[in-house]
Amino acid sequence: MSNKNKLVVLAVVSLLLAGAFIFIDLGNNWDYALPRRLKKVYAIILTGGVIAYATIIFQTITNNRILTPSIIGLDSLYLLIQTFLIFVFGSMSFTIANENINFLISVGLMVVFAGLLYKLLFRGNGQNIYFLLLVGIIFGTFFRSITEFMQVLIDPNEFMVVQDRMFASFNNVKTDLLVIATIAVILVTLYSLRFIKYLDVLSLGKDQAVNLGIDYDYVVKRLLIVIAIFVSISTALVGPITFLGLLVVNVAYQFLNTYKHSYLIIGSVFISIIALIGGQLIVERVFTFNTTLSVIVNFIGGVYFIYLLLKESK
Amino acid sequence: MVDVKHVSKGYNKKNVINDVSVKIAKGKITSFIGPNGAGKSTLLSMISRLIAKDEGEIYIDGMDLTRCKNNDLAKKISILKQSNNINVRLTVKELVSFGRFPYSQGRLTKEDRQFVNEAIRYMELEEFEDRYIDQLSGGQRQRAYIAMVIAQDTEYVLLDEPLNNLDMKHSVQIMKTLRKLTDELGKTVVIVIHDINFASCYSDYIVAMKDGRVIKEGTTDEIITPSVLNQVYDMNFKIEEIDREKICVFYS
Repeated sequence: MSNKNKLVVLAVVSLLLAGAFIFIDLGNNWDYALPRRLKKVYAIILTGGVIAYATIIFQTITNNRILTPSIIGLDSLYLLIQTFLIFVFGSMSFTIANENINFLISVGLMVVFAGLLYKLLFRGNGQNIYFLLLVGIIFGTFFRSITEFMQVLIDPNEFMVVQDRMFASFNNVKTDLLVIATIAVILVTLYSLRFIKYLDVLSLGKDQAVNLGIDYDYVVKRLLIVIAIFVSISTALVGPITFLGLLVVNVAYQFLNTYKHSYLIIGSVFISIIALIGGQLIVERVFTFNTTLSVIVNFIGGVYFIYLLLKESK
Repeated sequence: MVDVKHVSKGYNKKNVINDVSVKIAKGKITSFIGPNGAGKSTLLSMISRLIAKDEGEIYIDGMDLTRCKNNDLAKKISILKQSNNINVRLTVKELVSFGRFPYSQGRLTKEDRQFVNEAIRYMELEEFEDRYIDQLSGGQRQRAYIAMVIAQDTEYVLLDEPLNNLDMKHSVQIMKTLRKLTDELGKTVVIVIHDINFASCYSDYIVAMKDGRVIKEGTTDEIITPSVLNQVYDMNFKIEEIDREKICVFYS
């Protein structure tokens, strides 16, 4: 099967799942249920797509297929921002209650963080991308520690609000955010399109990329900012779910068996949507909300990885 | 011509390249020789802008390296490093096609495909062109990388220890190809090389380096002499002439 056909299959499966999600047991509550379900599916598609895209870019610039953007501490920074805002201003303040303002604050700070991390890294020369990862891991741990510290001190009622933001869930998607998130995703995707042709070359490593005429520092810096925006959008919408990226991107690599990012990106976006809608369907219909999506996705993902390991070792 | 003027480079305040000035002639093979840690690879990486220099200037055909557009430079000068760990699974043909990126930005034209096919033919890789790189032997893989550099079609070709890990037969094959590149296609080839006898038999000019400085540069006949080599490597060389090639004997 050619890669184009594979992409068509993925698109069809995504559509079928989305259809199933929207119409199963819809009953007569069209006015009430339909808009809610449509919003949910839309949020899933947006998050899934953005996570897959960000992870594939991140893995390409780090030349490593077992990393996700969460390694440089973007998830932890998001939680720190939320905890800090609740700790200082309270959960009823506009910084928390107004989702759009909260979103802008979170995205802004995460982008600034990614920018600073990059500045720090390329201030001197001779540093490489692994140094950035190392610094990112340390910052991530640091952010988590401060977050925990504040969570211990916080009022228990306020802590409930924090906790609500700590876990990924599609059951309480912040639909107020959909408009602003959509605008941001469209703008950033349009901006990132000009760098897509460089991704294939970047996957050969820094030396080859420079040899083939890519302004490495310029491109990587901008891609990092793109990743930061995407991660903050998805985290703001549903919570930290970057674990998903690792799974779907690797499935895409296995399934498509190509190095071309034009295929890989589209493929992993569809696989991501399939995993999320499929997982959410199982959560809602099979387990009737007794488990969470992350459990399902991690379980199926784990089984799939063990299968891959066994297959490769033969 | 590549003109390196008073270039220095240090790591942690320790200079690995000390005020080096060297001129590399067009259309010739120039070899950099010297003991480990002499700064040969660092100098090569600076000429090919893989690492930044601390001081000095490098001109390529009169253009300042730091003022050139990256994409224009990629059509003028190419480099192949000694270790090429590519994480992506590519066939030989796909790898060689990457050499056309500076021209086509990823969308191969008819002309690009022609260059790719010619490069594959030049390195005698036709029968492997659809094989994956990781399925090739060391010699075949090295040839595939060189084919990519040939497809890049640059005037200057820089190679960092191209004979690393190759047996005699493949080493000779690679060196003959480099000779052909200069003689037939008029390329300027610059190599870092450890095998002094390959340097002696195949290069036009030799630059001898030690401790981050150029000890001596000149034609092969000027450098392959006991006095120069003894100074560079701190050991005794005997030089014999066999079939009009100067062969160094240093094994005892």
